[in-house]
Amino acid sequence: MNREGRGATAPGAISNSAPATFTGNRALDLEEGLLFEIGRTEVTGVDLDEPDAFALRLGGLERTAPLGLPGLSEPEAMRHYVRLSRMNYGIDSGLFPLGSCTMKHNPRLNERMARLSGFADLHPLQPVSTVQGALGLIDELCRWLLELTGMAAVAFTPKAGAHGELCGMMAIKAALAARGDARSVVLVPESAHGTNPATAALLGYEVRSIPARADGTVDPESVKAALSPEVAALMLTNPNTCGLFERNVVEIAAAVHEAGAYFYADGANFNAILGKVRIGDLGVDAMHINLHKTFSTPHGGGGPGAGPVVLSPALAPFAPLPAVVADADGLRLVETTDAPETAQALGRMCAFHGQMGMFVRALSWMLSHGADGMRQASEDAVLSANYIRASLMDLMSAPFATRPAMHEALFDDAWLEGTGLTTLDVAKALIDEGYHPMTVYFPLVVHGAMLIEPTESESKASLDLFIAALRDLALAAKAGDMARFQGAPYYAPRRRLDETRAARAPVLRWTAPAPVPRAAE
Amino acid sequence: MRYLPLTPEDRAEMLARVGASAVDDLFADIPADKRLTDLPDLPLRKSEMAVERTLARLAARNVPAGSVPFFVGAGAYRHHVPATVDHLIQRSEFLTSYTPYQPEIAQGTLQYLFEFQTQVAELTGMEVANASMYDGSTAAAEAVLMAHRLTRRDTAVLAGNLHPHYAETIATVCAHAGQPIRALSPNPGGEDDLAAAIEASASCIVVQTPDVFGNLVDLRPIAEKAHAVGALLIAVVTEAVALGLVEPPGAQGADIVVGEGQSIGNALNFGGPYVGLFATRQKFVRQMPGRLAGETVDAEGRRGFVLTLSTREQHIRREKATSNICTNSGLCALAFTIHLSLLGEAGLTRLARINHAAACDFADRLAALDGVSVLNACFFNEFTIRVPGDAAALVERLAQKGVLGGVPYSRLAPAAGFDDLILVAATETTTPEDRAAYAAALKELLP
Repeated sequence: MNREGRGATAPGAISNSAPATFTGNRALDLEEGLLFEIGRTEVTGVDLDEPDAFALRLGGLERTAPLGLPGLSEPEAMRHYVRLSRMNYGIDSGLFPLGSCTMKHNPRLNERMARLSGFADLHPLQPVSTVQGALGLIDELCRWLLELTGMAAVAFTPKAGAHGELCGMMAIKAALAARGDARSVVLVPESAHGTNPATAALLGYEVRSIPARADGTVDPESVKAALSPEVAALMLTNPNTCGLFERNVVEIAAAVHEAGAYFYADGANFNAILGKVRIGDLGVDAMHINLHKTFSTPHGGGGPGAGPVVLSPALAPFAPLPAVVADADGLRLVETTDAPETAQALGRMCAFHGQMGMFVRALSWMLSHGADGMRQASEDAVLSANYIRASLMDLMSAPFATRPAMHEALFDDAWLEGTGLTTLDVAKALIDEGYHPMTVYFPLVVHGAMLIEPTESESKASLDLFIAALRDLALAAKAGDMARFQGAPYYAPRRRLDETRAARAPVLRWTAPAPVPRAAE
Repeated sequence: MRYLPLTPEDRAEMLARVGASAVDDLFADIPADKRLTDLPDLPLRKSEMAVERTLARLAARNVPAGSVPFFVGAGAYRHHVPATVDHLIQRSEFLTSYTPYQPEIAQGTLQYLFEFQTQVAELTGMEVANASMYDGSTAAAEAVLMAHRLTRRDTAVLAGNLHPHYAETIATVCAHAGQPIRALSPNPGGEDDLAAAIEASASCIVVQTPDVFGNLVDLRPIAEKAHAVGALLIAVVTEAVALGLVEPPGAQGADIVVGEGQSIGNALNFGGPYVGLFATRQKFVRQMPGRLAGETVDAEGRRGFVLTLSTREQHIRREKATSNICTNSGLCALAFTIHLSLLGEAGLTRLARINHAAACDFADRLAALDGVSVLNACFFNEFTIRVPGDAAALVERLAQKGVLGGVPYSRLAPAAGFDDLILVAATETTTPEDRAAYAAALKELLP
């Protein structure tokens, strides 16, 4: 471990002797007002020429009142958004161990490729003869996804993971309807992401929870006990949200199929198993793939994502519109259900053809890694997670540690017992140490969960520094250094924010302050 | 491999700490007979230069919109996006951050979302807006589900001139959720009396303006009738720039306004990623889907922002959530808000006028051709022409002549029986020469 040049701060030495500044700024930490406080409606940062006089043809529907939208000149806009950006933590700033979210390096080559005019400046409804390269890219992306999963077809249009879940579950519902088999129940393990039960409920299913067994995985006997002719599907995340591979998955899949139901896999944790196992060989019928996790497309502060779904032969005919089909003339887009390829399509997930910009980035990542690099990436991600767990287990409590971790290391809050501190306190103290916190309080199956996912993008030196920071915090917690935790974060752009106040009387937009009455003359 | 920092020595040391003799020990829970021994049948790693070459070749097989006279719209529009926008959204701290679950180190994202929500509310004439949806079509489907929750009714009426892809997206969700819809028939010259089509049991009516044929729709009588029978008016806007010039749906009585925000700040991207706009009335906010940024204070009393009202959302409510949505379209929303703050009200209004002027000029040029008629009495930057013969074949032949000449309506709705209609859009990116080139090419192709 190398902390050279970092300047040691004595534990507990939080200096308050510096004077408050007049501006509220602190050197490079710059405060920034709202757009509505710095902009003016008559200002514009875009030079546009007023058109020659002409008669409007708006049918009398022209706007009559001002909108109130402020404008900024270009330099003002640049500064406003640069200042805002500096209040954010990103992968490029430091280790971002957010479990289940796979915050890996986002290569800039991918950004450059997505911005080629031959991809970015294409309209989804141009004649198909003018977009053969774009259809070729979708076709190639699908080929890679099928080879990596051993599945039969790709539904490429879903726009995010949860949208992919919806697509996969609709395909299952359509397949059941096609055989005249209405079923009403979906089984979801209690460790599942919240999107799983929400998706099933959206489609009118009753959700029944499957408990985890003592080692953090699903017991095939629990699934068998819950299966019945009413059950449409099991939704299982594998590797699961405790960071474990569901080792009885083949037996579970067989039981699900035996009962006439389908097996939906949540692919959020696909990053652990690229090139190690094909989910098609495990009996999966549908799985969404988060291109923004496993395939490195940027999370962008909350999207856009992309959630293509791979389908088994049983579900492939129900893939949504459109389909890309190869024939003698090249590639075609089939956009309606009157073609043989799409006669049983479940419908349309969205206008147009999915997240093309993300497809380009994901394929760029795949081509860069190749088969060998992808397998190495998964191995490194899994090794790094196990390394973190092994390096912290003596100070922090790791449930289910009898089994190898996959790409994330799960801790609970048993090690904090008697300290008076919570998982949230640890997370906020980690912010002060320069790290984005791990995922906290998820999965729900362990108390005060801390889920750490380092990904394959960290060097050993970076992992060692992170481990050292967590070890120091754990020791401080056990030594009763309460202020360090309960007041944290001290050094972030904001101290702890009052979320209760935000929810009790929601302020969801800026409104102009009431005019100040003019002082009496 | 350039993206993987661990060295063989690092890996050996790490394995020793873990207590494993080989990395495959860590994969022992995968059933042994299912574990892959060979690499997947895919190419091996490539250098940056090699990847660039491969993808550039694919890109070169497409005709970029900017390389030809270009008039394609129908829900996605080519506008000029200032260079500043694309630079700023590639700032590392925006591009590589996550959903702002740790607000103390995500104030940048949260503040721009708060600003975005305010801009969308002002633009649509509504009281509140969320932090964005996937795109306009999925926002429309979510709006219908929200109307069902609010009215406790389950039958939506879809205007006939709603974009067919939007209608199909709504129909797909409703069909699988077991909720009936009633889709009206299209009428290219402008819809018949939509107010009369709202039955007393309807949860909502979904009306697009400008509609898919480009007609502007007076929403006021529709809102009045909807409210009289206890239904909601959902207004759909697929060309956000139109709101610079036309009366906002909120001012015309809409209860929910959804839209495609791609036009502002975002490239065409062959259909995605885009950014869905979603705005409604304050009193409906707890039934709204999607993320919301809200204002609060920190422990020192300083203003700050957090994600709020998350008790509506799936990660808290699970099967009782208002939606299964787990993300927004953050970076596209950022592009939207930056572009709109550069435009400001003055710039947006002027941009909208330029678009309308271009379309008026274009309509005059096309209407002057023998055999071509413009169907719209009113429009913004897109309208519909009737041509002799098969529109799809004509658009294909125009492409061969180097003009991307619009969308044949039959591509969107093959069964509707309107095989001789082309939807054409003229934005500020078209020049008078482009418009003349279209008219000349079309003239040559007409019988």
